[in-house]
Amino acid sequence: MSTNTKKISHKTLHLTKRDSIATWKAWVIRLIAVLLALIICAFVIVGITGENPLNVYSGIIDGAVGSKRRIWVTVRETVVLLLIGVGLMPAFKMRFWNLGAEGQILMGGAAAAALMIYAGNLPPVLLIILILIASACAGIIWGFLPAFFKAHFNTNESLFTLMLNYVAMQIITFLIVFWENPSGSNSVGIINSANKGGWFPKIFGSDYTLNIIIVVVVTVVMTVYMKYTKHGYEIAVVGESHNTANYAGINVKKVVVRTMLISAGICGIAGAVIVSGASHTISTSTAGGRGFTAIIVAWMANLNPLGMLLVSAFLVFMQQGAIQIASQYGLNENASDIITGIIIFFLIGCEFFIKYKVRVKKSEEDAA
Amino acid sequence: MENYAIELKGVTKRFGSVVANNQVDLALKKGEILSILGENGSGKTTLMNMLSGIYYPDEGQILINGKEVSINCPKDAFDLGIGMIHQHFKLVDILTAAQNIILGLDGGMKLDMKKINQEIDALVSKYGFDLTPAEKIYNMSVSQKQIVEIVKVLYRGADILIFDEPTAVLTPQETERLFTVLKKMKLLGKSIIIITHKLNEVLEISDRVAVLRKGKCEGVVETKDATVESLTELMVGEKVELNIQRSDPKKPEKRIEMRGVTVRNSEGLSILKDISFVAKSGEILGIAGISGNGQKELLEAIAGIQKVDSGEILYYPPNSTTVEKLSEKTVREIQNLKISLSFVPEDRLGMGLVGSMDLADNMMIRSYRSGDSRFFTDRKTPRKLAKKIVDKLEVATPDINTPVRKLSGGNVQKILVGREIALNPDVLMVAYPVRGLDITSSYTIYNLLNEQKEKGVAVMCVGEDLDVLLQLCDRILVLCEGKISCIVNAKLTSKEEIGMYMTGARKAGV
Amino acid sequence: MTLLLTFLVAAIGQAVPLLFGATGEILTEKSGNLNLGIPGIMYMGGISGLMGAFLYENNVQDPSTFVGVMIALVASLLASCLGGLLYSFLTVTLRSNQNVVGLALTTFGVGFGNFFGGSLSKLAGGVGQISVAHTAEGFGAFLPSFLRNIPVIGKVLFSYGFLTYLSIVIAVIITWFLTKTRKGLNLIAVGEDPAVADAAGIDVVKNKYYSTLVGAMIAGLGGLYFVMEYLHGTWSNNGFGDRGWLAIALVILALWNPTNAIWGSLVFGALYVLYIYIPGLTRASSELVKMLPYVVTIVVLVLTSKRNKPENQPPSALGRAYFREER
Repeated sequence: MSTNTKKISHKTLHLTKRDSIATWKAWVIRLIAVLLALIICAFVIVGITGENPLNVYSGIIDGAVGSKRRIWVTVRETVVLLLIGVGLMPAFKMRFWNLGAEGQILMGGAAAAALMIYAGNLPPVLLIILILIASACAGIIWGFLPAFFKAHFNTNESLFTLMLNYVAMQIITFLIVFWENPSGSNSVGIINSANKGGWFPKIFGSDYTLNIIIVVVVTVVMTVYMKYTKHGYEIAVVGESHNTANYAGINVKKVVVRTMLISAGICGIAGAVIVSGASHTISTSTAGGRGFTAIIVAWMANLNPLGMLLVSAFLVFMQQGAIQIASQYGLNENASDIITGIIIFFLIGCEFFIKYKVRVKKSEEDAA
Repeated sequence: MENYAIELKGVTKRFGSVVANNQVDLALKKGEILSILGENGSGKTTLMNMLSGIYYPDEGQILINGKEVSINCPKDAFDLGIGMIHQHFKLVDILTAAQNIILGLDGGMKLDMKKINQEIDALVSKYGFDLTPAEKIYNMSVSQKQIVEIVKVLYRGADILIFDEPTAVLTPQETERLFTVLKKMKLLGKSIIIITHKLNEVLEISDRVAVLRKGKCEGVVETKDATVESLTELMVGEKVELNIQRSDPKKPEKRIEMRGVTVRNSEGLSILKDISFVAKSGEILGIAGISGNGQKELLEAIAGIQKVDSGEILYYPPNSTTVEKLSEKTVREIQNLKISLSFVPEDRLGMGLVGSMDLADNMMIRSYRSGDSRFFTDRKTPRKLAKKIVDKLEVATPDINTPVRKLSGGNVQKILVGREIALNPDVLMVAYPVRGLDITSSYTIYNLLNEQKEKGVAVMCVGEDLDVLLQLCDRILVLCEGKISCIVNAKLTSKEEIGMYMTGARKAGV
Repeated sequence: MTLLLTFLVAAIGQAVPLLFGATGEILTEKSGNLNLGIPGIMYMGGISGLMGAFLYENNVQDPSTFVGVMIALVASLLASCLGGLLYSFLTVTLRSNQNVVGLALTTFGVGFGNFFGGSLSKLAGGVGQISVAHTAEGFGAFLPSFLRNIPVIGKVLFSYGFLTYLSIVIAVIITWFLTKTRKGLNLIAVGEDPAVADAAGIDVVKNKYYSTLVGAMIAGLGGLYFVMEYLHGTWSNNGFGDRGWLAIALVILALWNPTNAIWGSLVFGALYVLYIYIPGLTRASSELVKMLPYVVTIVVLVLTSKRNKPENQPPSALGRAYFREER
C-alpha cells in the first residue's frame, strides 16, 4: 500500500434486487428489449441482403399476417407453442427440468399417426377421441421414465429427458421404414389424403378451430389446476423445498411422478395437434425444436399462461415473418433461427433489469 | 495513535433504505482481545464484513496501524493482515484442509502440496493445534473446521483476527480450548476481535467490550468494569428481566415414549442408536447436544418425517387408554388419526415455511388437505389464521400477502410457532426456537413455550444455549453421537456437567 | 481383424468431437456454469472455420495450406469464444437462468451453422459442393508415412490429423490444470462455493468468464474437427447432429475428469458407429442400434445417480448464479 493519498473518483455499478416492480414497467423494459433486438436484427439482415430494413420488416409482417391463410398458420403455430408451454408449466413449477418435450411431442405424434394409418376408417369422432387419448398416453410413457428415476434415484432429469428426445427420433426413423409412402421415399407423406381419416375436421369454416378449442380447454384447466387445487399447492411446495413437502406430509415421489405425467401427457397431445391438426404426416422434425422454444416461452412468461400466449404469439410472428423474408431474399430458412435467437437473447437479458435495480454510483474517496 | 491496530471513524453502510451501520467509531488496540457485543441485526457482522472486504463502506474512514486504507476486496484485507473467521465456515467441503488454507493465494503456477503441508505443519505446532493438512473437510468435525479457518488466516500472515460468533457451534469444553488458543495468540502479539452475543464469554475472554445497537456504537467499556446486567442494558437499550418463570409440572402423564429406536441415514450409518425415553405432558423436556448428534432426526422420527429402522415410538393420547404406534406411520397417517403433533423445525424457511409464499399460503402447509372440497383448496381459513397470528404475536409485516422470505428472522419464527400452536397440540416439538432472534423476541418465544406447558402440552425443546435450557426445562436429555448419554433434572445439574455428557467424556445410566 | 481395425478407426473418428466437447464442458462446469449451449457453439466453431477457409481459398490465387489452417483455426476459435461470451454475459453478468440461455444458444448456434453452411453451399453451387482442399489437407494425416505404414498400429495410432492428437493433449492439460495448479484449485472453489472463493480473494466473475470462454473454444474445436478432418472440408446441414448433447452426457460419465473423458468418448464413438459393423442388420433394426449411445447414456445416468464419493459429484454450485451483495 502506498502512502500518497489522492482523490480517485469511483464509478461503480451498484446492484440491488428489486422488491417488486410495477407490471407496466416490466413490460416497458421488455418492449425496449424487443425494439433493440429488432434494430440489431435489421443490421444483420441489411448486412446479409443489402435491403432497406423497412422493406424487410414489412416483409416480416406480410409473412406473418399478410393473408388469411398466413394469419391462420400463425395462429395455429402460436396455439401449439402455447400448448407445449402449458404442458411444461407444472413440471417447471416443481423445478423439474423437463427438456424432453421434443421427444414427448414426437411420441404423441407417432401414436396419432399410427391410429390414422391403421384405424383410419373408424368413425371420425371416435377416431379423434382415440387419437387424443393415445397421444397423451404415448407422451406419458415418455415422461414416466425420467420421473420415476428422478423420484426414486434422484437421477438428473434434464439430461435424461434430453437423451429421450433422440431415442424418440430414432423410433420415428424406425417407424418410417414401415410407414414410408411412396416406398423408397424415406418419408411418410400425407396420411389419408383421400378420406381424411383422423384429420381434425373443419369447424366454423376453419381447419384449425379444433386445435384452438383443445389448447384453450387445456390451458384453462391447467391454470385452475395450478392455482386452486390441492394438487397445485402440492406442486408449488415440492418445487420450493422437498424438506418442506416431507414436513407437510406430501408424498414427494408421488407428486413428482404424477406432475411429470401430466406435463408429458399434454406434450403428447401437442404431438397429436401437430400431426392430426396440421401437418397430417410425421417425421423426425415434427416437433421442430418447439419443445425447446416452449421452455424459453414458459420461463420468460414466468409460467403465467397469459404471458405465455403473448410470448408465443410474438415468437411465432417473428418466425413466420423470417421464413417469408428468407424466401423473398433467397436466404435459407435457418435465417429465422438467427433472428428469433437474437430476439430471445435480448428478452432473456432484459429480465435482469426487471429483477435488479442498476445505479451508477459516483463516489469520491481517498485512495491509499 | 501508534498502538491501534484498527481504527474506524464514522463508518456508515446502507443497504437500500436500511442503515446497517451508522457513524460507527471504534478502535482495536494492538495485542488486545476486543469483544463486539450486540443483538442479531445490530450490524456487527456488516461492520466486520467491511473490514474483510466483503462490503465497502458508504461513508467514513478505516485506519490500519495508523494509516488510512481502502479495502475493496477480500484480498486487500489479507494484504493488510486482517483475517476473518466467519460464523458459517468458508470452506470447500471436497478439498483438503491444506487446499482450503492456500485457496486464492498467489505463488507459482504449480501446486507443491508437499512444501505447503510442511509449512502448515510448522504453523500448527507453533500454536499447538491438532490438524492434519491432507484431511478432507467433509470428514471433519465442527471444531476441526474452525481450526482450519484459524490456520487459514494465520497462514496468510494475519495479525488482526476477527471471529464471528466463534462459540455458537462449540461445546463448553471446545469453547474452553478455543479460548486457550485465543489467549496464546494474544501472547504472540495478535490483535483479536470477537463478535458475540453471549455475555458470559465476553466477560471471560475480552479486555474491552464495544456494544452495538441498531447499527450504532453505544459505547466501549473495560471488561473489568462491566457486569452482565450493565452490558445487557447497553445492548438492549432498556432494563430487561432475564429470568424465565418456571413452574413445577402439573399432573405429568406419559405422552410420547421411544423404545430402543435406531435410525440410519442413506449411507447406512446410525444417526440414532437405541434411544429410549419418555416425554410427559405439562413439562418441558430439553434436548442438548453438539449440533449434528441426532437431535434433528429424533424430532423428525416422532413427527413421522424420518423413517425408523428399529424400535418403536408410542403415543399415549390424553384421557384415553389406547396407544398409537407412531413409528410405522407417515406424516399423513398421523394427521389422519387426528393426533395433534406440532413441530417447529430448525430450518425455518427450508422446512417449516416456504419463503416465496405469502403468510396465508404458509398457514396451509400442514392443513392444506382439510376443507370441504376433495379437490380444491380452502384459502379462507388460513387467511383468517394468518390475520389472527399477526395480531396476537405482533408480527411486523405489511400485510398477509407478503412472502415470508421478506420478513425478519424474529417475525418468521413468530409465524411458524404461531401456526404450530394454533393446531392446539398435545405434543409440541421445537428445534433451536430462538436462534437468530433478538432478546425481546426470544422471551416472547420462551413465554409461549411455558404457556403451552401450563396448558398440559408435552413440550420438547432442542437448544444450544445451555444457560437457557437450564432455566427453561424441567428435565434435560443429552445426546452424544446418536446415543442418550444422560437424562437429568434441570434443577440439579450444571452447565459443566451437561457439557461433559455432550462430548461423551462422561456417561451415565439413563 | 481388418473389420475390427476399421471399426476402431471409425470409433476414434467419432470420439474426437465428443472429447473436445466434453473437455470444454468440464472446464466450464467446474466454474459452476452448466453450459447447455455447447452443442450450438460446436456448430458455430465448425462453420466459422469452414467459412474462413472457404473465403480465403476462393479469394486467393494460390492458397497455402498453412495459412488456410491458421485462418480456419482463428475463425473457429473466435466464433466459439463469442458464443461463450454471449453465454457468460447473460448468465454471469445478467444472471439469467443457465438452462434457458444454454438452450437458446444451442438453437441459435445450430441455426447459425445451418444458415451460413446453407448459404455457403449455395455459393459453392450446391449441397456438398463446398471444397477447401488446401486447408483440409492441413487438417488431414500429417505424421511421416513410415509411421503410418507400420502394420496394424500405423493405421490405428498414426493416421489422423493434428486435431485428433490435440484433443487428447488438451484433455490431459485440462486435467493437470484442474488438479495440480493453484489456478485450477481456485476454479474448483468457484464452482463448489462461490461465496467461499470470493471471501478467499478469488475473482469469481473473472474465473467464470475465463473458464466458460476457454471451454467454449475447446468445444468449438470439436466442430472444426468434424468439418475439416472428418468431412474433409465440407458442410451438410445438421450433419453434426446431436454430438454436442452426447458430449454433455459424457461429462457425467467422466465424473468431471477430462482424462476419463478420453476413454468415455471412445466408448460413445464406438456405439455411434456400431450399426455399420454389426452384420445382418436390416434397415429397421439398424435404426434401433443407432439408439444405443443415448440409451447407454441414460443407463449410465441412472447408475451414477447413486454415487457416494463427494469428489465425484457435480460442482455443488452448478447452475446457480452468484451475487455478492444479496440481501
